[in-house]
Amino acid sequence: MQKLILPNIPGLHTIDVYESQGGYKAFRKALGMKPEEVTDEVKKSGLRGRGGACFPTGLKWTFMPKQTTKPKYICVNGDESEPGTFKDRQIFEFNPHLLIEGTLIGAYAMGVTTSFIYVRGEYGKWIRLLEKAIADAYAKGYIGTSILGSTFSTNIVVHKGAGAYICGEESSLMNSIEGMRGYPRVRPPFPAQFGLWGCPTTINNVETMCNVPLIIDHGWEWYSKIGAPKHPGPILVGISGHVNKPGVYELPTGVPLLEIIYKHAGGVPGDKKIKAVIPGGSSTMIMRGDQLEGACMDAESLKAAGSSVGTAGLIVMDEDTDLMKVIARISMFYYHESCGQCTPCREGTGWLWKILKRFEKGEGRAGDVDLLMDIANNIEGNTICALGDAAAWPVQSMIRRFRDEFEKRVKTVPPRMEQEAAA
Amino acid sequence: MLSEKNLHKIEELKKSYPTSQALVLPVLWMIQEEHGYISEESMKYSAQLLDVPFGHVLGVVTFYTMFHSKPIGKNHIEVCTNVSCMLRGSEKIVELLEKRLGIGLGETSKDKKWTLSEVECMGSCGTAPMLAVGEEYHENLTPEKLEKILSDLELK
Repeated sequence: MQKLILPNIPGLHTIDVYESQGGYKAFRKALGMKPEEVTDEVKKSGLRGRGGACFPTGLKWTFMPKQTTKPKYICVNGDESEPGTFKDRQIFEFNPHLLIEGTLIGAYAMGVTTSFIYVRGEYGKWIRLLEKAIADAYAKGYIGTSILGSTFSTNIVVHKGAGAYICGEESSLMNSIEGMRGYPRVRPPFPAQFGLWGCPTTINNVETMCNVPLIIDHGWEWYSKIGAPKHPGPILVGISGHVNKPGVYELPTGVPLLEIIYKHAGGVPGDKKIKAVIPGGSSTMIMRGDQLEGACMDAESLKAAGSSVGTAGLIVMDEDTDLMKVIARISMFYYHESCGQCTPCREGTGWLWKILKRFEKGEGRAGDVDLLMDIANNIEGNTICALGDAAAWPVQSMIRRFRDEFEKRVKTVPPRMEQEAAA
Repeated sequence: MLSEKNLHKIEELKKSYPTSQALVLPVLWMIQEEHGYISEESMKYSAQLLDVPFGHVLGVVTFYTMFHSKPIGKNHIEVCTNVSCMLRGSEKIVELLEKRLGIGLGETSKDKKWTLSEVECMGSCGTAPMLAVGEEYHENLTPEKLEKILSDLELK
């Protein structure tokens, strides 16, 4: 497939090369359309968000009120902190103008006055690249007042995070932009009604925005034919772990996981068997290596396989991987990143980690597996935001699919009795 | 507390946000860049500058892991140990770092030259294992590459 989001064109990150490749053509076209026509085009294309929830983008845009006296905002989510995810970084580095163009089209369609691109603080180097691109776009008149001679005016601002996974959660991200701790907000009200500073706001992922110019440029019909019919378009798949060629691959949605692993990423080092795969970043449900046949990188297929697309950050683990170590590390992450607002998540993630550490050391206790399941089940669905679910799912799926691995690490004899026997 | 250049930048940034509170993160970043860390005094300064309570600024500083309320070593080494890096040998990298620098994770060397931190996923999963020194990412680490990075930093 021809690469659309990350084509291999030298210098594409500069505005001159980007323009010479037809860049900002889609934005010009959009300016000649009615805003609602633009939204409709995106809606019909079938584009679904690339940040994890796979929510239909066009539909999300229609939630923005048309009649309002308040300013409207876009937040572009570039917090990219889900373990196993490293795609947005490629966009900032190699095709930042595509992101800017997509954001501008979104701003026009929704009548937005300012778009904030929120980028994780660790990406300092990439923030500067993005800021340079934005400054160039301002200088060429693509951003600012009366853009390209039209009556449309809008601004784009980069907001730098400061190291918090939770700020990738949309309501937490908004609080962070407002200068607060990144605590998620209770919904409703939803961002389209009460977002940044209480004004209508839409939050879209960086990669999602990059699909918008393609749709406007080529039309929704063309776009909807790429990849899986119910989840179309190109998708940036980040593959890491035990593969020969880890990296970001732009592929059509619906590509089989086995094709990604063996054809694109060069298979597993030493031709080892695959024990497990996490298909879409560490919060998606883990899959067994022998369950991969037929599973494809699209929302419907992975749902049927008992997992989800998430951020398409595929983590491959070979047959020698210690899964107890993996799940303990994943749980440590969620414990560290829990914001602490909701009791089930604040306390539960710590308990999960503590118990999983026992399994890692081979000191699991009888009843621990059920206890883990019980804790995970009591976190899931009982918190303000999805971090609680994200902490529960890996543990639940690991127990469901690899219960034998847990049982192997249960110490059947209590340590004290063992010592007594030795004495 | 802040340079003229940054104070000017703050005035410019105020035009992009409807409240001054929204500038808490940008201002704290500027302070940390200029002073290396964010002291209590500079938190009070930011609070005054932006007309927000001191407690609010303190709350923000302690919430975000990248803000330091105490001085750190000259070279801040952040090593990722999350799953993708772990699967590709980050434990070995941590072991080598601890041995070579004589400090453990979360510690600063006595001569204040090094601070070693264990961090969560930095978005380098495809080029794991990795570490960052300040904003600079070092990826696809091997023991040899690590030694080269450290000896280069020592000369600086």
